[in-house]
Amino acid sequence: MNRFLLFRNILGGRRPATAGRRGADSPPLRLAISALALCLATSPLAAGEIWVSNEKDNTLSVIDADRFEVTRTIPTGERPRGITFSRDFSRLYICASDSDTVQVMDPETGEILHDLPSGEDPEQFVLHPDNRHLYIANENDAVTTVVDVETRKVVDQIDVGIEPEGMAVSPDGAIVVTTSETTNMAHWIDTETRKIVGNTLVDARPRHAEFVKNGSELWVSSEIGGTITVFDVPTQAEKAKIRFEVKGIHPDRIQPVGFELTDDEKTAFVALGPANHVAVVNAETYEVEDYILVGRRVWHMAFNGDKSRLFTTNGVSGDVTVIDVASREPIRTVKVGRFPWGAAYRP
Amino acid sequence: MSDWLIALNAIVAREALRFFHQRGRFLSALVRPLLWLVVFAAGFRAALGLSIAPPYQTYITYETYIVPGLVGMILLFNGMQGSLSLVYDREMGSMRLMLTSPLPRWWLLFCRLLAGTGISILQVALFLAVAAAYGIRFPLAGYVAVLPALVLAGLMLGALGLALSSTIRQLENFAGVMNFVIFPMFFLSSALYPLWKMAESSAVLRDICAINPFTHAVESIRFALYAQINLSALGWTAVWTVLLLALAFRGYDPARGLVARKA
Repeated sequence: MNRFLLFRNILGGRRPATAGRRGADSPPLRLAISALALCLATSPLAAGEIWVSNEKDNTLSVIDADRFEVTRTIPTGERPRGITFSRDFSRLYICASDSDTVQVMDPETGEILHDLPSGEDPEQFVLHPDNRHLYIANENDAVTTVVDVETRKVVDQIDVGIEPEGMAVSPDGAIVVTTSETTNMAHWIDTETRKIVGNTLVDARPRHAEFVKNGSELWVSSEIGGTITVFDVPTQAEKAKIRFEVKGIHPDRIQPVGFELTDDEKTAFVALGPANHVAVVNAETYEVEDYILVGRRVWHMAFNGDKSRLFTTNGVSGDVTVIDVASREPIRTVKVGRFPWGAAYRP
Repeated sequence: MSDWLIALNAIVAREALRFFHQRGRFLSALVRPLLWLVVFAAGFRAALGLSIAPPYQTYITYETYIVPGLVGMILLFNGMQGSLSLVYDREMGSMRLMLTSPLPRWWLLFCRLLAGTGISILQVALFLAVAAAYGIRFPLAGYVAVLPALVLAGLMLGALGLALSSTIRQLENFAGVMNFVIFPMFFLSSALYPLWKMAESSAVLRDICAINPFTHAVESIRFALYAQINLSALGWTAVWTVLLLALAFRGYDPARGLVARKA
């Protein structure tokens, strides 16, 4: 049983009525209950939330990262997909794809403060380490739009391949990468000049990109190719290719999209889409070590604060699976809105 | 030691001896559920569907779902095997010898049931160990919590076997028990598919499964393996145990049961 539920039962759920009344009246027990309640209030039980965008419901679900319960459902623009917080977590940026805008929300109140000009059909974006420039992939326009979140103006638009989606920024902010789903390329953009400085081929339909290991490696997942390509950043050369094979699942259904690395960057978790599994990859040897069963069509994921739990968005089954990182076991699945897509952590 | 305990000791020791001397029986008791787990369930790995019903809190493979049902299967087959060996004992005359004891007949039969249940639990423990090695593990507390559920379910299914054996006149009739008791009980239960899945094909089928005592036994085992209690399933298992025990004791009552009919 969940520790919290057990605790709640001990506190008062399962006692006979008479015994309960007498027991609660006795000073030592009342003191103990107060002490426990105080522990509960000051323990890290309320330490963090996972925000999930529900693509078909036009809402966000906010999940308590410790109790695994949806605490709030907040309306957004049409078809919310990529979401990210500002560095100080005071603003949430939402790609409202069918509203053709990036919305800025106050996460405390859930109020939309204003819209940013994003270009058409924004799908994913990345916030530059300067906390000021958003790099947005405009899926229908084959451009990457750079928006200044303070002046709320488009600073630049960079032509990239067809159907750009994945966005990544290096930790030093010098390079931004856009992946284009139809051109099957990663486009390397110099953030000083805002010009493409390199194009590298990847497998079919690249969906997500991340700089890892202090920016020395770029990982790009390819949905149809069924692989993750690892690039050496200084040379932009392919370094490794990660392939997946899930027992009993047809290879066509293995479609890697989102992925996250643990703090020590030794382990990566990769969402495999309609294979309904998350792969556990050794990020040093690039070997797959395990597969974890989650809900249907898993796209993206987010860690909680101490990275002990991973929350995956399962689009078709409309839920979020919580994975215990240490044991690599799925421990709970939480119902959210229809077609959950992106996920982000807020302390 | 009181006479009652001496009888218990003797009956348990005899059953244990019989069991350990029949290694084939031990192996077959293990091979049957393992075949279901490794061969049958393998084909349905991801086929269970979408609903997450308690005690599960997330998605599970079919292999994980089926394990409590296969634990129930071990208890069910052993219960029936117990009934077979009782018929055999009756034909060989050792039953007559046992029943001539001055102790109450219900106690002797109950000892016999306890012995059978104990042996079933040994097999279940071994099966769960193999399942764990195969990758299907439960919370540690579950392995302890499942013991009372196993005892209750073992007694219920043993009592069923006992009640049946009181009506079977000859060993040859046992095949009928297989066809008309074991298979329907096993297939019309939640051992292979959850009740919500049954309801998708037919509400009647679901209702039949819901009243099957074997469903209650399997569900109490399933919840216990996750260190949870399903009060309704446990309650129904207990009610069925009492009913079947009463029926079995009545069947072996010299004034009423088969013995009387034979005379």
